[in-house]
Amino acid sequence: MTTMQSVITILAVVAGTVLTRFLPFLIFPEGKTPPKFITRLGKVLPYAVIGLLVVYCLKDAVFSAYHGLPEIIAIVFVFLLHKWKRNTLLSIAGGTVLYMALVQNFFR
Amino acid sequence: MKRKAFQAALPHTIPIAVGFLFLGMSYGFLMRSKGFSFLYPMLMSFFIFAGSMEFVTVNLLLSAFHPGYAFLLALMVNARHLFYGISMLDKYKNVGWKKFYLIYGMCDESFTVNCSVTPPPDVDRGWFMFFVTLLNQAYWVGGATLGALLGYVVQFDTKGIEFVMTALFVVMFLNQWEESKDHRSALIGLGCSLLCLLIFGSGRFILPAMALIILCFTFSSRKEDRRAAK
Repeated sequence: MTTMQSVITILAVVAGTVLTRFLPFLIFPEGKTPPKFITRLGKVLPYAVIGLLVVYCLKDAVFSAYHGLPEIIAIVFVFLLHKWKRNTLLSIAGGTVLYMALVQNFFR
Repeated sequence: MKRKAFQAALPHTIPIAVGFLFLGMSYGFLMRSKGFSFLYPMLMSFFIFAGSMEFVTVNLLLSAFHPGYAFLLALMVNARHLFYGISMLDKYKNVGWKKFYLIYGMCDESFTVNCSVTPPPDVDRGWFMFFVTLLNQAYWVGGATLGALLGYVVQFDTKGIEFVMTALFVVMFLNQWEESKDHRSALIGLGCSLLCLLIFGSGRFILPAMALIILCFTFSSRKEDRRAAK
């Protein structure tokens, strides 16, 4: 990607993000109530999107040489660590360190 | 007036500072390890200011050029802001020019504080919410910049560091799972995405997955409406 293309990509992301923030204030000026479908979508979509993002992160691993084995090991570790300590930052750090150790030493 | 509001806002943002500095630094460090100048994470964390989407954008910048797709993905990933916005329609009223920044800088954490904390009666509400938002953004942009700068100094084998994004989303998924009793939305998201990944392959599954998720919700909300009508 050229620098210009990078800048355009980032601007597209900025535009999409800014739109999600300003849209409610633009279409529902003081006093108007939003339609039910929109409020419901705002409530349920966050849960679904995180699922989508997990799959997005693993999209290339599934089709790789190890079929996602190091990813699965690290995710199980994150799961157990999180169940045990319930510390978001610790779980993220622990999982990342384990994954880096796995792909640097065993799954080359 | 400003000073008082700042002093009232600061303690509410300290726990957020710890998380934002850590995650922001991982994000900045990740970008640097992929060869980007520190200006990228610094400007992206300032202008996008939506953590999940910034991590995803690293991938977008490393793959083929599709700005329309980047735009749609940003809409979808940040759709929760619509909900935050709708909840804040009243709270952000009558705060003058600060309203623009409050909306622009609204992230999960600022929303949580501004939504749940009522400032003491002698503190100006508008300035209080302004400083909560400003401090949170400062932690995030500061963390991202610092992490990238650290990437110039600290040298080690960073292979596999991109897993920080996977770990982040897995933990968010677990946290959401425990917060809510109704797991249908989480399962719809996971199921539709997996299905589309297997059918369309890794390069093209996101758009069909987003469409399928919205379709599922349209059907289930119609069903609920019918049930409510009875």
